[in-house]
Amino acid sequence: MFATKWMDQSIEFGIVPVLILVTLYLPFAYFAIPASNALHLSLFGINLIGQIMCFALLALALDLVWGLCGILSLGHGIFFGMGGYLMAMYLLNAAYLDTHVLPDFMQYMGASAFPAFWHVFERLDVTVLVTIALTAAVAGAFGFVTFRSRINGVYLSIITQALTYALMLLLFINDIGLGGNNGMTGFTRIAGYRLEAVSTQIGLAVCSCLLLVVAYIGVRFLARSSFGRALIAVRDDEARMRFLGYRTHTLKLLAWCLSAVLAALAGMLYVPQVGIVNPTIVSPQLSVEIAVWVAIGGRGTLIGAIVGAILVNGLKFWLSAQLPSVWPFILAGVTLIITVYFGNGLWGTLKAAASNTGMGARR
Amino acid sequence: MSTVLSETAIYISGLSVRFAGFAAITNLSMELRYGEIRAIIGPNGAGKTTLMDVITGKTRPTSGEVFLNKTIDLTQLDETAIARLGIGRKFQKPSIFEALYVRENLELAIRNGRGYMAMMRSRLTREQHDRVDEVLKMIGLVDEGRRIAGTLSHGQKQWLEIGMLLVGDPHVILLDEPVAGMTDHETARTVELIAGLKSPQRAVVVIEHDMDFVGEIADLVSVLHEGQLLGEGSMDKVRNDARVIQVYLGR
Repeated sequence: MFATKWMDQSIEFGIVPVLILVTLYLPFAYFAIPASNALHLSLFGINLIGQIMCFALLALALDLVWGLCGILSLGHGIFFGMGGYLMAMYLLNAAYLDTHVLPDFMQYMGASAFPAFWHVFERLDVTVLVTIALTAAVAGAFGFVTFRSRINGVYLSIITQALTYALMLLLFINDIGLGGNNGMTGFTRIAGYRLEAVSTQIGLAVCSCLLLVVAYIGVRFLARSSFGRALIAVRDDEARMRFLGYRTHTLKLLAWCLSAVLAALAGMLYVPQVGIVNPTIVSPQLSVEIAVWVAIGGRGTLIGAIVGAILVNGLKFWLSAQLPSVWPFILAGVTLIITVYFGNGLWGTLKAAASNTGMGARR
Repeated sequence: MSTVLSETAIYISGLSVRFAGFAAITNLSMELRYGEIRAIIGPNGAGKTTLMDVITGKTRPTSGEVFLNKTIDLTQLDETAIARLGIGRKFQKPSIFEALYVRENLELAIRNGRGYMAMMRSRLTREQHDRVDEVLKMIGLVDEGRRIAGTLSHGQKQWLEIGMLLVGDPHVILLDEPVAGMTDHETARTVELIAGLKSPQRAVVVIEHDMDFVGEIADLVSVLHEGQLLGEGSMDKVRNDARVIQVYLGR
């Protein structure tokens, strides 16, 4: 029993060294391996890996609330987008200090300088702290109202989906002062480093990998603690938990805010790597896709979320270049097949198979 | 001993519960006392489960009083607060955390929902750990501690849920049909388990349809009918009550 449990845990933990290896491989693959070698990574490839790692972190954030706690958010793009937009505000400020040219959309609006509140975004560290605080506050306010009112299941999913759509419509408006449908772009520097520099791009991708590793270790620790057991208990029978003396809405709120902050951090790393943010980042489509990644990988397993996000997005980048018009059908087909034949997702199914062969596993 | 025995645990007076025009409970008054095992019987729709819902804070009464120890007004509190006062409830359908180990179910129960931050790092105290072991023994699941609760048999799940109430050493235990769907052997063991819950510091209330089971465990039987108290007394007395026979036992 002890041995099988140890094996089970070590397999799960295996993703940490794998991700660290990927992290180390990124600079090595670009600088040390000649371009002629198949193992060489182009800057495009490195950038792609960095973006996918951000999506994996986003999926991990959703799995924390959906897989562990049973809250299916179809609006996690809101928090991802908040991180993205707030980071873009910092980047625009940095670009202005660099070029002394106001962003186009501000010029069109007749502004001669950044709005006063924009000073908050002069420093990267302050921006990160403000983003964390703001995301936690928004998530906290939403969670407080909904969880206390005992809004659950599909109703909560619909509300989150509606909110992300509403936020997208809001951001489309030029007068909001966040660039309207063109969004914000023209970034030049981050923390003093030139964004177009190879080392900066590699650095961002490495940061994305490392943040994913740290977040995974943290969330996994949380999931295995009594707190995590309590979240699973809320997922399986919330009423029972209440009758045992648990304030379940407080438990859900804590998990929800943490998840929102992780999603925002993912957005903060994503935007400098793609070089633009616009309202499509909070489109309902992206928010639904996050749930698809988690479902394909296997919800409630944490690793499944990461694996699902990497597989689907890897496949998407590859296939949408080859066969752009067919991609949506492929994604829909894969999703159907997996949800019908492998209800636990890819990783969940693997784990179940492993436990049947005596390797000891559970959700 | 005798003074403790007569002390009131739950005091109910003039209780009425109406749902959109339907009267589930009408002007009900009764007292549940420490040291006794009380059975509440009655035909379907008599208001038995609604009564439990009111005591545990799931349903707010339309009117009337419900007090714990004659001092704490339970109608003003929610489920969580009432659970923390030491009122434990077992549901009709086994209601356990199927994805967790049997032991983890009890560990969550003993923590009682206090200190969410501490839950992220702290382990149980020595005393809590021993208490979980003790309860595992009482409910006959010592060897199943590391089993996933969802894989237990129906009877074992019922016992686990009773165990989840027991770890917290509650003052009031409400059991909604604890032997429904059990084999005779399981029922016999449940009788032992519930008889073992009797203590001068505890009131035990059982809702049940199985008359033989009620006769075996109950000190006092209350009969509900259409949301009202029809009679109260020993099983023998209730069995011979003409009105009870007419509405419930007689056919």
